[in-house]
Amino acid sequence: MKNLIIILSIIGLLLTIIPSFLVFSKYIEPATSKILMFIGTLIWFLTAPFWLNKSTEKSEI
Amino acid sequence: MSESTGLIAKLNAINEYERQPIPENKLRGWKKFIGTYAGEHTAGTEFVLGPLFVAHGATAIDLVTGLLIGNILAVLSWAFFTGRIAVKTRLTLYYQLEKIAGSKFTLLYNLVNAGLFCFLAGAMIAVSATAVGIPFNLEMPTLTDVLPNSLGWVLTVFAIGTITTIVAMFGFEQVSKFANIAAPWMIMVFIAAAVGVLPRLGINSISDFWPVAQETIWSGVPLEGQSKFTFWHIMFFAWFCNMAMHIGMADLSILRYAKKWTAGFSTASGVFLGHYIAWIASGILYSLFLLESNNSLTFAPGPIAYEAAGIAGAICVVIAGWTTANPTLYRAGLAIQSINPNWKTWKVTLFVGLFTTIAACFPALVMQLLEFVALYGLILMPLGAVIFIDVYYMERWGLRSNYASLSGKKLNPAVAFTWVVTLGFCLALNLLMGIEIFFLGLPGWFIAVIAYLVFSKLFQKPLVSSAYLQETIAEKELN
Repeated sequence: MKNLIIILSIIGLLLTIIPSFLVFSKYIEPATSKILMFIGTLIWFLTAPFWLNKSTEKSEI
Repeated sequence: MSESTGLIAKLNAINEYERQPIPENKLRGWKKFIGTYAGEHTAGTEFVLGPLFVAHGATAIDLVTGLLIGNILAVLSWAFFTGRIAVKTRLTLYYQLEKIAGSKFTLLYNLVNAGLFCFLAGAMIAVSATAVGIPFNLEMPTLTDVLPNSLGWVLTVFAIGTITTIVAMFGFEQVSKFANIAAPWMIMVFIAAAVGVLPRLGINSISDFWPVAQETIWSGVPLEGQSKFTFWHIMFFAWFCNMAMHIGMADLSILRYAKKWTAGFSTASGVFLGHYIAWIASGILYSLFLLESNNSLTFAPGPIAYEAAGIAGAICVVIAGWTTANPTLYRAGLAIQSINPNWKTWKVTLFVGLFTTIAACFPALVMQLLEFVALYGLILMPLGAVIFIDVYYMERWGLRSNYASLSGKKLNPAVAFTWVVTLGFCLALNLLMGIEIFFLGLPGWFIAVIAYLVFSKLFQKPLVSSAYLQETIAEKELN
């Protein structure tokens, strides 16, 4: 389950960054890119809290 | 009341080793620090600093090389200054300073630090306000604005300031966790926003980038009313923007957990993501704004990020500003509270929050962020120099390290005079010789070193050993 959430988080991050490169390469329009980035943002913030802070807590820094 | 007690309990847990060296089993490898620093240096300030280089007319080659060399020097400072001392003493800056300078001096240091924290938090509240104001069609401040330009701006700043203050009063740990989660996403938004607007700047292939960077993005022409930045400005700024943390030793608190001093090199993750890629990215966004607005003097990171990356961009500005403002405000509250530990944390934070929010209403705080960041490092730098000399060289000069602790003094005058003389010297260089604030840190450090040695020679008195002291007291009691 944890691995699945991590994969979803990575997909969220990729959805945040890849669309802009597709805009640069003229595969998609900026408007589409902005929607995909927003979806990526939602996925990241809905999934990352389930695994990211756990390793941070252990670091005690 | 129970939430407040819980918060205090949590804070006590965080501060577990504030007055003792870190135990061996709590030490961490360098990989842990890569994540910590990468998150810490991608913040709300990046949305302002990158564009200000454009506004100050930096050229592309000066920016790329100045940031590269300045950031390398910053990483070396973290490793060779902070890292080495951190693993040698394994104490926080505050406790180390208390041992050297005394508890009264540390109080003064905390107050100055709190004031600087307030202004930094205020600038970040203002940055968030530029994004929150988008749906309300808020009139944004301009580069030359000093006073608030509209009632709407004041109301927006107060709304964000109120939320930030309330959260700082009750939820520091949650914000800290949220900031950790947001950090990787934020750097993605920075990069994505910049890459997505490249075609609008006329960059349609990688080979187009450098000519456009030179001619359009960092053209070398400062905006109206802005001073001209050279390679040296950029290099010294990149080196000294975190001077308080490395040469000023504030990061002893973090690096004291490191197994080896080489963990200081892990700061490269933070500076090269936050102070290189993010500054270049935010500079690109601002340059596009200038191009499309015919060099408008409006300066608002929120609308600029929204235009480039849509809702994700606007959210990024709000989160970046807020996650920087919130812990900063909280730390300011703690620093003020050190005057009287009996004061309630929430009351102090409320007072600090109100002061910070009023400061945030003044756009000058954001527009002068380059100068403020440089001043912040400069003010705290002399105490880093004092710690450096005290840890390494005092014994060699026949002087005592940790003099306040050994002598029982609450204020070591050698440290106080060093601070005053160093800052006075830097002020004189600025006022009499016209040397800009970005360049004062380097000569200032050498002055601080010399001043501390000279004043220590003057003020240190031979100390009697504690065994002798106890013997004398016992004898007196017998008589």
